[in-house]
Amino acid sequence: MTVLVRPEGPRNPPAAGGAGARRPLVTARTREAAAGWLMSAPVIVLLLVFLVAPIAMAAWVSVSDWNGIGSPFASGVHAVGGQNYQALLTQPGLPQQQLGESLRNTMYYVIIVVPVQTALALGLALIVSRKRLTGRGFFRTAYYFPSITSSVAVSILFLYLFGTAGVVNAIVGHLGGQGPNWFDDPNGVLHIILSGLGVTTAPGPLASHGFLGVSWWDWLAGPSVAMVAIIALAIWTTSGTFMLIFLPAIYAIPADLTEAAIMDGANAWQRFRRVTLPMLRPALFLVLTLGLFATWQVFDQIYLMSQGNPAGTTLTPAFLSYVTSFQDQQWGQGAAIAFILFALIVVLTIAQRLIVSDRRAGGAS
Amino acid sequence: MRSKIAIAALAAAGLAVLSTACSSGNGFGSSSASSTPAATANKSTLTLMFGSSGTAETAAVQQAAKAFTKQSGIPVQVIPASNLTQQVAQGFSGGTPPNVFYLDPLTFQNYAKDGVLDAYPSSLSNAGGFASALTQAFTYKSTFTCEPKDASTLALYVNAADWQQAGLGAPPANWSQLEADAKKLTTGSRTGLTIDQTHSGIDEFFYQNGGTVTNAAGTTVELDSAQNVAALTYLKGMLTQGIMKFPSQLGAGFSGQAFGENKAAMDIIGNWENGELQADYPGVKCKVYPLPAGPGGTQATLSFTNCWGVPKQQSNLAGAVEFVKFLTTSQQEMTFAKAFGVIPSLTTAQAQYEQTYPQYATFVQELSYAHPDIAIAGSTQALSAFDSALQQLASGNPASILKTAQQNLQAVVNQGA
Repeated sequence: MTVLVRPEGPRNPPAAGGAGARRPLVTARTREAAAGWLMSAPVIVLLLVFLVAPIAMAAWVSVSDWNGIGSPFASGVHAVGGQNYQALLTQPGLPQQQLGESLRNTMYYVIIVVPVQTALALGLALIVSRKRLTGRGFFRTAYYFPSITSSVAVSILFLYLFGTAGVVNAIVGHLGGQGPNWFDDPNGVLHIILSGLGVTTAPGPLASHGFLGVSWWDWLAGPSVAMVAIIALAIWTTSGTFMLIFLPAIYAIPADLTEAAIMDGANAWQRFRRVTLPMLRPALFLVLTLGLFATWQVFDQIYLMSQGNPAGTTLTPAFLSYVTSFQDQQWGQGAAIAFILFALIVVLTIAQRLIVSDRRAGGAS
Repeated sequence: MRSKIAIAALAAAGLAVLSTACSSGNGFGSSSASSTPAATANKSTLTLMFGSSGTAETAAVQQAAKAFTKQSGIPVQVIPASNLTQQVAQGFSGGTPPNVFYLDPLTFQNYAKDGVLDAYPSSLSNAGGFASALTQAFTYKSTFTCEPKDASTLALYVNAADWQQAGLGAPPANWSQLEADAKKLTTGSRTGLTIDQTHSGIDEFFYQNGGTVTNAAGTTVELDSAQNVAALTYLKGMLTQGIMKFPSQLGAGFSGQAFGENKAAMDIIGNWENGELQADYPGVKCKVYPLPAGPGGTQATLSFTNCWGVPKQQSNLAGAVEFVKFLTTSQQEMTFAKAFGVIPSLTTAQAQYEQTYPQYATFVQELSYAHPDIAIAGSTQALSAFDSALQQLASGNPASILKTAQQNLQAVVNQGA
């Protein structure tokens, strides 16, 4: 684009008028801008058509009574204001309860998957980046393998692994225990632990009060046994991907920094805590953010493995949105769920940014 | 100045692309399909979209399409859908639904409510020839709107070897006999009876006990009646005794699998189990009996079916109706029955079916007292919540399970009204 900057040129004759001396410069700038717009036009058009327009249409559907027949902009489709959102957020009933359940399930999914996969990815990256490790290439490939395998194949593999008579239960059996009925067990892990401690029924206030149609006692259920199997799958598949983001970041840490730390007498843990980890902060932020996005939107594993069963304990907002739209033909409500999820992710990302930048400020002082 | 013009031009170009994208018939188009149905069938290609049970069904449907093309000169494109409900919905939103498609009773209610289905049965002479439970499933506001393509009913499957071993004679005729037989058939490694833990596996007990699911018009849900509570309590009793178990307790995906693996000696399931047994458990010798009657002597079962859906607005309405007419002859229905084991929907074809397959006659005979499986527009999630509660029946309270389901389903009905 710099080619187009011609401050003074024969093809830019000064415009009529006395103040013409500075005009050619302005013309060149505007020409530059026009060329810039022209060159980015294809991408802008693509973004408008495939990103902005569908989002705008979905936003319209979420406040309309569109029934899925023909265009959502046809004359028979009416605006219904916030009715779809009200049914989900303020009116007690099944839609609200299912949204509450899906948010609860996904919350536990995110709380477990994001930290564990990040820690695991970092650990794997640290191990395979060691210069003394023999067969580094093999391990890197092996850890990355789950990520490049089709999620359908992986899901079916896990269905077998966690089947009633599957490998996991066979191992548990060898160890003298009895494995659960993984994909049919809707009991929350925290509830199971509490019942082990003798708390089998909800304390009064927790059972009688709640949020989004789900009692506080049920909010505290923890991920169901079925969800635990799906969580294991998510961690197994994505850790390798994020390892790949950490690896170059680790390689990019200057060797002299580590050497200086060694000279200063830092031990391995101190070198990791004070040198490696701060240097990896950008990569860490990226991994956490990507992890947060992906986990809140989890859909394909649910669609393939559990369809929200058992007892709605693997229902997620993305899957709920799909079922509401395609099976119950409540397209407005389905779109509204998608936007509620969108808002939630935006809020959480902003919160995450604030926390990370706070730490940075704290670390600098 | 020029840059402003450039921006304006770009914006205009962008908007132009945007607006064409929005109005095209392939995406969320305004219905671009012809809105006036042709009086006579034109020769444009028909699409038939269906969810196939396997290669046998796909081949049979393709063969039927070929035969129709030969007879009528209208080409048919057969599309086996991997996710029928979703793909048909995409067709409707784009204004180009398939000309003919398999339609289940629940989705039928959705589309009938939206008024997008052609009520073609009135123009066909065979409209009165279907079993009444099937006609009922596809009647919307007293208009029979979609012709059923097949029929299924629930029956009692009994493992013949287990039965003999336990020294049992006649099949159970009522609930108390069913319970007694289940008790006798239960051994350490095997439970007496299994049923599917969903409304489609359980609702028949409501009807047997004189209860119902909705009123005849489908405007009021009547799930929380005393009869229904008693029926669930009866089932809960068998669950707590361990003489009946749900398939998930037996490590099976559905009851037919548990029955095939002989983890249960009796199973209440539909005739699709026949194909399952042939394919995966050929060694199992079984007998099929009508379901036992309730305490008041009421006989009842559930019926399941799909129909040939025909959208009102489409490229070749007359051709589509012609095609359905071809598919709903006794001869064609018997061809399907022989090819992939479905029971015909036409009573004339059912008579032939009973003669050809006397071992499956029970399913046809049960149609006379069958009730269609519950189907309310937009009720998928309310029903799956009901199923989740039923799954917990052994530890749950029958009355409160039914009360919650009643509220959820009535809310769906009210929303649609």
